[in-house]
Parts: sequence; C-alpha cells; structure tokens
Amino acid sequence: MSKEVTNLLYLITIVTFILALRFLSNPATARRGNQIGAVGMLVAIVVTFLQKSIDSYWEIILGMVVGGTFGAVAARKVRMTAMPQMVALFNGVGGGAAALISFAEFHRLAPEPGGLQADISTAIMLSAIIGSISFSGSMVAFAKLQELVRGRPIVFPFQKTVNALLFGAVLAAGIAIAAGSEQQWLMWALLAGASLFGILFVLPIGGADMPVVISLLNAFTGLAAAATGFELENNVLIVSGMLVGASGTFLTIMMGKAMNRSIANVLFGAFGQIAPSAAAAGASANGGQVRSATTDDVAVMLGYAHKVVFVPGYGMAVAQAQHDVHALAALLESRGVEVSYAIHPVAGRMPGHMNVLLAEANVPYPQLKEMDDANAEFPRTDVALVIGANDVVNPDARNNAGSPIYGMPILNVDDAQAVVVLKRSMSPGFAGIENPLFLNPKTVMLFGDAKDSIEKLAGAVKGL
Amino acid sequence: MSHGLLLTFEVTILVLAIFLGFEVISKVPTLLHTPLMSGTNAIHGIVIVGAMLVAGLDDKDTLTTILGFVAVVLASANVVGGFVVTDRMLEMFKKREKKPEP
Repeated sequence: MSKEVTNLLYLITIVTFILALRFLSNPATARRGNQIGAVGMLVAIVVTFLQKSIDSYWEIILGMVVGGTFGAVAARKVRMTAMPQMVALFNGVGGGAAALISFAEFHRLAPEPGGLQADISTAIMLSAIIGSISFSGSMVAFAKLQELVRGRPIVFPFQKTVNALLFGAVLAAGIAIAAGSEQQWLMWALLAGASLFGILFVLPIGGADMPVVISLLNAFTGLAAAATGFELENNVLIVSGMLVGASGTFLTIMMGKAMNRSIANVLFGAFGQIAPSAAAAGASANGGQVRSATTDDVAVMLGYAHKVVFVPGYGMAVAQAQHDVHALAALLESRGVEVSYAIHPVAGRMPGHMNVLLAEANVPYPQLKEMDDANAEFPRTDVALVIGANDVVNPDARNNAGSPIYGMPILNVDDAQAVVVLKRSMSPGFAGIENPLFLNPKTVMLFGDAKDSIEKLAGAVKGL
Repeated sequence: MSHGLLLTFEVTILVLAIFLGFEVISKVPTLLHTPLMSGTNAIHGIVIVGAMLVAGLDDKDTLTTILGFVAVVLASANVVGGFVVTDRMLEMFKKREKKPEP
C-alpha cells in the first residue's frame, strides 16, 4: 500500500474520531459515537497491517490476543462503581505503550550515524517522559481507587524538593537525548526516573481529587501518543493524540473551575498539608454535638415530607446503593413526596460519576439537578438526604477561610429544614477534613453501610 | 517531500487538532463527562498503530522484539478495554431513552 493511500485511509479514522467526540455531546447519540470511533480504530489497525514495513506478524497477533482479551474481560467484568479505576488502568497502559514505542525507536535509530534527527529525538524523549509519567501515575491512581493503597494523601519530608530534583534530572536526560546523545543508558535512566516521578507525583494527591488527576493523565497519554506520531511520521497518531490531549486538558480545567481551585493547587496543594489547627478551629467553633437517629425516625421524616433531595456521593458508589436509592425515591414519590437529586460536579471519583450511576439505576433525567439549580431548591426542601457525600456538602468551604477547601462551591444542604447524613462512621472523608455539617443542630446521622441503610429505610417507609 | 517541509505540515495539523479538540469538547454536557473521558481514553489507544509498526519490523534484535510485543499488548488492552467500558456506560444512558418519562 502506497504512503498516499495509507494516509487517505488514516484520514477516515481521524474523521470517525472527530464524529465520535461530536456524537458524545448528546445522550441519544453518544453510544453510536463510541461505536463509530471503534470502527475507525479497526480501519487504522487493518491499514497498518497492510503496510510494507510490516514483515513479522506473530508478535502483533499474539500481543493483540493477549492485550485484547485482558481488556475485554476486565472491561466486561468490572462493576459500574469500579469504572474510575478501570479508566485509570486503560489510560495507564496506553501511556506505557507510547513510552515503549519511543524506547524501541531510540534503540533502533540511535546506533546508525545520523539516524536520529533533532525533531525525532525530541519527540522520542517527550513521548518517553510523558508516557512513563502517565503509566506509573495512572497505576497509583488505580491502586488508590481500588483501595490497594491509602486514598489519603501520602506525604513525606522534603517531598517537593525530591520531586523537583527528580524531575530536573529526568528533564536533563531528555535534553541530552534531544541534543543528540545516543547513550542507551540515558534512555533507561529517563524511563526509570519518569516512572518514579509519576508515582511520587500522584501519591500525595487525595482520593477526592482523583477525577482531576485521571483527566489530566488522560490528556498526558494523548500528548504522548501525538509525540509518537512525530517519531513515526504518522498523521493519525498526531491528530488523534492531540485531540485527546486538548480535550483532556479542557476537561481538567473545567473540573478545576467547578472546585474553584487552580490545577496547580489540586496537583501540588496536597490536602495533607493543611494545618491541623485550622481544621480543629472549624470544628470546635461550632461546638455542636453529633446526633444519631434510628431508621424509623428518618423514615417518618422522609415519609411525611413535601420535598426530599437526595445528595449522592462516593459512599453511594462504594456501597453500590444506586438501585436502592432509586427504589426508595420511587416509594416516596408514590406517597406524593417531591423527589430530586442534587449532583455536585465533582461528587464521586470521576466527573459526572453520580450521573452514570443514577443512569444505571434508571433515575429520570429531569430529577437530576446541577449544583446551582439544587442550591436554589434547598431553602424549600424538607429533608436533604446525604448519601455518602462529605466534602461537597462541607459548609467550611463557605465559612472557614482556614479550611483547605475554602472557596469551593458546595451544595448548601444546610439550607434545608433538616439534613440526614448516611455515613459508615464518623471518620472524616477521603480528603481527611472535618465537616461541621455533622455537628449542625439540623443534622442527624444514620450510621451504617449506605445500601443497607437505604434498604432498611425503604422497608420502614413502607410500614408507615 | 523534504524532512523540514514534512515537519511543518505535521506541526500545522497538530495545532489545528488542538483547536478542534477544544471546540468539540466544549459542547459536551456535564452529564456525559465520564463517558467522554472514557471515550477519549479509548481514542488514544491509537498508539496501537505505533506499536504495530515497531513490533512488525523485520530483523529486529531481542530488546526491540520484547518492547514491540509488550507495547502491542498494552495498546490492545487500551483499545479494547476503552471502547468496551465506554459502551457499557453509554448503554445505560441509552436504555433510558426508550423508557417513556412519566
């Protein structure tokens, strides 16, 4: 197949990817968009198979069978609540692939005199660095979300200094490669250093900030893929990679805005760094006491309310309570209670995480309220039922300038007549911040697993 | 085409792709941010093309063979997993389209 025909066929792939993203802007066409993208990917793979430069097939076919089977099984088996870590995992392997391609290209081209032109070697080192960071960073994000390691920020002394020195060293190795050094050990050092940096970079970031991190790493993998395109002089890689790079960056910035924090603050602020005195001041200033309620008390509150707003958070995802939540909501509706759901843009561990879960449970769209609409409704709400949400309803974000989340827009559940918080225990959330909402005289706590509590509530409401 | 000219073309489409990426994404509603992230995640699986080009080379040494093979494994997992996960998410959004709203 000639280079011209190849590039024209690759153009088909590029167009399908653009269409895929366009179709994703509407729930009705989104699924078709994804399928169109998959077809485009298949076109690219077939076209690549037909290239003259490909002489050896067994590595490719065996590799595809192994990787494809793993991907398909993992993606099929995973529960909806574990989607964030799956996205992190698949993102990481993509970054890893880009880094390995760069390594192979460097290894192949470097020994030939004049084999490496400056632009190619620059692309190689960029793709190797960004791909490695994306790989190891995503693996740490995966481990945190899967709760293989602590979700809380992990901090150690001189962390920032160590990270800065390490990144400087990686960059120096990269510049040496870009400048034409053909030392193989430099590449090994660069890959090892960048991978270590990826780990150290994500470790101090708290679980609550994972949506931003995953989105950013997604953009990184896109950029690494685009750089790979420069190495191989391949348009489809450049355009597709950059599309992802740009869209991922855009999404990251939007999420930062939703939290009213700069991306730098999310990445380097480390929730763990907060002065304990500020948190303590916020909590003790209220001087309140935690009140816990029984299932029957709460069932009465809900059953005789005019308007109930559900406020789901990560706790609902962990407990997989979305179906039970919808069942309880339906039960309340049948009693004439007005029901809606208040969705904070960064509730959960992915942007739009709650939307996906509630969609799975068949909750009607019109009942899902975005933050501003929901906040307008709280003053005329009888009961706000907080299901495993914490930071996104923390009034410290409004009132306590010492709080690390000060300034973040939150759901003002404390405007409601009463607040019921479903929570496993009094331990602070993923971010490790005290929440004065729990001490508010309007608030009662219902301790236990969210799924379990919701089931019991539904039973009690039925008995009213 | 000279190498320099090719490079300028590549940089041109790179810059155009940046603007296209911003443009296309700015229309996506918050409701679909998760599938969007997952969908773009599948799209960067396009690195599989690069992995195939490396793994399919003739006369390569052991290191290149290993690197190429592992790259194909990782990229395939990215492609298949990415599209399947996204499809599963979107399936749920679609299911509700059919159901008439009360």
